Amino acid sequence: MLMATKRLLAFGAAAAGVFVATAALAQDVPPDVLVKTVTLEVIDIIGKDKDIQSGNQRKVVELVEAKVLPHFNFTAMTRLAVATNWEKSTAEQKKQLTEEFKTLLVRTYSSALSTYRDQKFDFRPLRAKATDTDVTVQVRIAQSGREPVTLEYDMEKSPAGWKAYDVRVAGVSLVANYRTAFANEVRTNGIDGLIRGLAEKNKGPTVKAEKK
Amino acid sequence: MIKVTFSSLRRQCGYLLAAAILALSAGCATTNGDSRDPFEGYNRAIHGFNQVVDEAVLKPVSKAYKEVLPELVQTGVRNFFANIADLFISVNNLLQGKVVEAASDGMRLVINTTIGGLGLMDWATEIGLEKHNEDFGQTFGRWGVGDGPYIVWPIFGSSTVRDSIGETLDIRFDPVRNHTPVDVRNAALLTRMVARRADLLDASRILEEAALDKYTFQRDSYLQRRRSLIFDGNPPREFPRASTTGPTSKAEDAVEVQAVGAGAGEAERATGPVTRAPLAPENGKTVPVASAQGE
Repeated sequence: MLMATKRLLAFGAAAAGVFVATAALAQDVPPDVLVKTVTLEVIDIIGKDKDIQSGNQRKVVELVEAKVLPHFNFTAMTRLAVATNWEKSTAEQKKQLTEEFKTLLVRTYSSALSTYRDQKFDFRPLRAKATDTDVTVQVRIAQSGREPVTLEYDMEKSPAGWKAYDVRVAGVSLVANYRTAFANEVRTNGIDGLIRGLAEKNKGPTVKAEKK
Repeated sequence: MIKVTFSSLRRQCGYLLAAAILALSAGCATTNGDSRDPFEGYNRAIHGFNQVVDEAVLKPVSKAYKEVLPELVQTGVRNFFANIADLFISVNNLLQGKVVEAASDGMRLVINTTIGGLGLMDWATEIGLEKHNEDFGQTFGRWGVGDGPYIVWPIFGSSTVRDSIGETLDIRFDPVRNHTPVDVRNAALLTRMVARRADLLDASRILEEAALDKYTFQRDSYLQRRRSLIFDGNPPREFPRASTTGPTSKAEDAVEVQAVGAGAGEAERATGPVTRAPLAPENGKTVPVASAQGE
């Protein structure tokens, strides 16, 4: 009985903690705390949701859109991935590129998230000065018989709080990885071709064959 | 019975060969003049061939392996081969001058081979001796040897000239490959291959969903991953932090010129690895000698 009460109290305190964190959000939450809070919240929801566990991809996408997406700066991500061709794009093209790239990333992220199975997260202490406005937050995921996988979020401080502009999985930067493919596509089909290519990719379930 | 299997096997091989030729003729059409990948036409062809083999044989077998065997058995198999690999991971750490890591790998081997039941259980990780990822290719990289051109090998997949030389040594010293009763060895090699592929099933599905062009995505991931491994997870940054390009919220246009200007100045292609001057070693680790290499 006592145990149960204690646990309930602890749970209440934890819940209150999360609430405070969410309420205070935006400006004041340090980037590492933000990553930790959001990660734990998301995996907690996945852990409880039977639909998601039985493979409801749509629900994962909704979850990512609601909880994760607000903490990303997709314009910066797209700008870095499109590289030299960004300045050659019109405002409208930039908007479309960002929109399509966002959709693709959310899908990919959701898909990766649904492979999650009770791995242990190790939130690394932030190595940065209090005055830094651009930092990397590290999270490591332990696995038996394999070296841990490192997730790194490159984050920048903005008036609306810290925003991620790149994610590195086991040392592989998403933004850097899209650079070549984007540049190739633009070279052969122009910027509109890249927008079309992204849109097509986002429409289909999975594109099987290579286009080239 | 055996005859039937063989003839169907031969027919399978025939299909694969036909597919390879098709892939070759299709693949040679594209090259993008990427300086890291001068053999892109050839590489794309082999990549195409590998995809076909994977779809036809390795992937279905690995899927079955993952579905049929209990999770516990899969973990045991994974741990067993991982434990054997720790021997040369230790050697490579030593060759790279990382004595503490090498000692830790040695401890892992001793602990897991004894109380871990011949490596079936990974107790070493539980008590805080982390598993490392090392091989001869990484050792050469650490010594300052650049990547060399990217190469795709039939069946083996992504590599570079440096890593290919490394891999021949990995194979030469592979305890599993050097095991004597040949049939036991072959069974072990097959099991290991299937188990490894099974572990990559999720990753390859995500790749399929993420990539605009699977070939470039896979190549760039491989090159980035190797670079990260050589620097034990702390490579010099490939492109500048967003903040070095100014605030992104306002004055977008002014920012962009700067952001890209840096990349475009050094590499005429927007895509080449744009290595920044090495920012302060980020996590307190020293940046090894190889930092200037490979680009």
